[in-house]
Amino acid sequence: MKIVTTAKRVPDTTDVKTDPKTGVLIRTGIPTIVNPDDLNALEAALQLRDEVGGDSTVETVTMGRDVTIIKVHELLGMGADHSVLLSDRCFGGADTLVCSRTLAAGIEKIGDYDLVITGHQAIDGDTAQVGPEIARRLGIPCVTCVIDIKLKDEKTIEVVRELDDGTETIEAPLPCLLTVNSKINTPRYMTINNIVESYNSEDELLSVWNHEEIGLDPTECGLKASPTQVVRTYSPAPKGAGEMLEGTVPQMAASLVGKLAEKHLIK
Amino acid sequence: MQLTDQQTLIQKLAKTFAERELTKEVLDKVEATAEFPKEIQQKMADVGFYGIKTPKEYGGAGADTVSYALVMKEIAYRSAVASIYVSSPNSLSGGPLLKNGTKEQKEKYLVPIVKGEKVLAFALTEPGAGSDAAGMSTVAIEDGDDYIITGRKTFITMAPFSDYAIVFAKTDPKAGTHGITAFIVDMKAEGVSTGKAEDKMGVIGCATSDIVLENVRVPKENILGKLNHGFGIAMATLDVGRVGVASQAVGVAQRALDEAVAYAKERKEFGTTISHFQGISFTIAEMAAKVHAAEVLLLDTCALMDTGARCSDKAAMTKLLATEWCNWVVDRAVQIFGGYGYMKDYIVERLYRDARVFSIYEGTSEVQKIVIANSLLRGK
Amino acid sequence: MDLKDYKGVWTFAEQHDGELLGVSIELLGEGRKLADALGVELSAVLIGSGMDELAKTLVEHGADNVYVADDPILAQYQNDSYSKVIKEAIDKYKPEIVLVGATHEGRELAPSVAAMLETGLTADCTALAINDDGNLVQTRPAFGGNLMAEILTAKHRPQMATVRPGVMDKAKKNADNKGNIVKLDADVKPEDIRTKIVEQVREVAGKISLTDADVIVAGGLGLGSADGFKLLQELADEFTNGTIAASRACVDAGWIDHSYQVGQTGVTVKPQIYFACGISGMIQHVSGMKGSKYIVAINKNPEADIFDIADYGIVGDLYEVVPAIIEEVKKAKAAAAEE
Repeated sequence: MKIVTTAKRVPDTTDVKTDPKTGVLIRTGIPTIVNPDDLNALEAALQLRDEVGGDSTVETVTMGRDVTIIKVHELLGMGADHSVLLSDRCFGGADTLVCSRTLAAGIEKIGDYDLVITGHQAIDGDTAQVGPEIARRLGIPCVTCVIDIKLKDEKTIEVVRELDDGTETIEAPLPCLLTVNSKINTPRYMTINNIVESYNSEDELLSVWNHEEIGLDPTECGLKASPTQVVRTYSPAPKGAGEMLEGTVPQMAASLVGKLAEKHLIK
Repeated sequence: MQLTDQQTLIQKLAKTFAERELTKEVLDKVEATAEFPKEIQQKMADVGFYGIKTPKEYGGAGADTVSYALVMKEIAYRSAVASIYVSSPNSLSGGPLLKNGTKEQKEKYLVPIVKGEKVLAFALTEPGAGSDAAGMSTVAIEDGDDYIITGRKTFITMAPFSDYAIVFAKTDPKAGTHGITAFIVDMKAEGVSTGKAEDKMGVIGCATSDIVLENVRVPKENILGKLNHGFGIAMATLDVGRVGVASQAVGVAQRALDEAVAYAKERKEFGTTISHFQGISFTIAEMAAKVHAAEVLLLDTCALMDTGARCSDKAAMTKLLATEWCNWVVDRAVQIFGGYGYMKDYIVERLYRDARVFSIYEGTSEVQKIVIANSLLRGK
Repeated sequence: MDLKDYKGVWTFAEQHDGELLGVSIELLGEGRKLADALGVELSAVLIGSGMDELAKTLVEHGADNVYVADDPILAQYQNDSYSKVIKEAIDKYKPEIVLVGATHEGRELAPSVAAMLETGLTADCTALAINDDGNLVQTRPAFGGNLMAEILTAKHRPQMATVRPGVMDKAKKNADNKGNIVKLDADVKPEDIRTKIVEQVREVAGKISLTDADVIVAGGLGLGSADGFKLLQELADEFTNGTIAASRACVDAGWIDHSYQVGQTGVTVKPQIYFACGISGMIQHVSGMKGSKYIVAINKNPEADIFDIADYGIVGDLYEVVPAIIEEVKKAKAAAAEE
């Protein structure tokens, strides 16, 4: 069984700050991580690979510049069998639609996949769009928010997906694409052995492909090809400070309820 | 020193592992029960902490000494005792096997300790011979294809639950340091027993005891290295051990510094946080300078070791300064915490106790000074 | 692509088992504003089986047209069937704007359709407007709400966006509204649907959904334990449509189920009153509740960030303050009943 997963390098959002004067995002010095949901995707793939055994493999695809290579080694460190970095100047600034085009082209080049697993969403954009878009481009069925995966037979998979108000068990033919989040598993640790191996055998374990190698024209890639364009960013204005109530606890409670009642909120 | 990406990832793994596994709940229980959870030991082996420098063919990762120091530091940052479990298979027990063992010995003993399946202790110190290892009284007498060992080893880390021990014994009592041989002893062999676990000040959770050997028969094939070459093996092992202990010291000192900084910014006295008092802020500045200097020294020495250069003196300097400074740093951290620092509810109390052994075990600070002085003053 | 060929605002009317989701009405509310700004018609797309009543409901909420694909094979949402129907309908009728609720279903459906149409999709918009060029200005938070971005899909049509439930105002119902109901000739065959639903487990009703609640009493780490939610529930029970909620820290601590989580990785809520009890006010939480009409913060720490966004702040132990508020609410209700 051949499973492909995708992974994205994202800023560690808890550290993201904006310049209080300009409202511009401060990007320098922000630590980056592999998008958390993508690690769940890889873990799900590794578990399936180990369960099926034989010559099953897990491959990963990541888009990014040279600085992203260390994150790709992290995926190999967790136990991916082979990783691809799609790296080209023309890939920069892609929106989700173009991102999915690029990733899908990379997956097509890997070929012969039985299953694609992506993270549900990335913490920098929270769009949750790239997974379903890749599925459409690959022409395979898509199930999002999967929290459990069971292989029924060689050609069928049974998954449980989350709904807004419950869960749904779905049977899908292989190949298909699943998106997963942190509820499905806890990603394993890297191992030192895998990390060292990923550097010692970098030539065999890691491929870097540019637009030509995945058969895309630069006009189909990156910011220019993206239908959505960010025209302005700004820090949300903080809401003005409200009123601090004073007095004893019963006084504050009475004052609060009085104010809410005036607004017809106590019925 | 700029770490390589590989070293950075290994450090990240160790840091993440320590954060997730060595939680306050787990560590409080270790302190209370003096037992370290088996599952965590196995997990440490599974991620490769037990064979960091061990070559791939013996189940290890084949990484470098810098990586070993980084892992030790990150683990010790959360738990000094946990780092002892990492240190042993990489250093005291795994080190001599790797350097001096035959292929068969490595396959039989080294592979299982790297996998976390077996535990091997390093038995050099005796009740009457600590720093002066050559003054040991344990003897091994040749008897056909075997040696018969009799003696008592003391303060042996992990002895109560070891499967094997590397025991140093005199095979030629008149030859001094040239009459000592290292043996691999099966702890289940007849005549081997362990004393009761010592009640230690710190690093609680890793039992230390005596090993008593009464006419223990050991086959000659269990000699590690060459006959009468044991002293050299012991000294070479301690060289690597020194940077391991220095790594523990850097990890614990860094933790004490971080705790002190956080506390100083939060604790209020005389209407302001104590970080505003120069008595506190200058102390913290000096703590930070020492922690940084120790870390730079440590990584530099490890990088030098990775080139294959001889550096007993540098390793001794590193252990001397890193451990002495660590003791000073944890002492100051307790002082900054005041009365709270004396209470077991606060981690600096544990750091203070754990740090104390660093300038004692695997060669006291005084022994380090002998090594350094000899390197400068001996010879012409 | 001639952008002028595309006209009209569409909203996707999500329904589960014959019941419209609240967000479907919210989209009509927002869609109406956009359609009026552009001077075009507002239409809803409705897919399901036995949809006559719902189509009427959509008209009553302001849809000028309701495009209905009504077929037993479409009774349940399936990605393959629903995306095919919508894609074909868009090809045929060419709307300039398509809005979809950012529910689990909508967030799967919308990108599937966008990829088929090769058009842009902006996720989780919190504000929509029409600019001078007649383009849709899509505002969405990024980086956990630390940054707001305005996004245009200027050269592609339709301009697609998803909108989180609870963010937009619901359309008002008016039984006199008139609209056309247009049947879509949905040609979905069983073999078009590659996935199969084996089982559905809907959570038992009884719990008020966070997005629909008028009053939310939310707890944070300051509760100290799972038991604290009992007290919060007592306060919530004083209101007809009140429920409890939690910050992520409580969910992580295992005190309460994830479905109660408000914030970046949980639910976005917009109640009339939001009581934040023992919640420090981390940006991740605030991004999910700052749209609340009135925020009441109760926290021991006078420096807590939550007070920066609160309309009313009370510094104190929530275990003293909340019972006092319950007492006062009871009194106020009794007084109101006498009038």
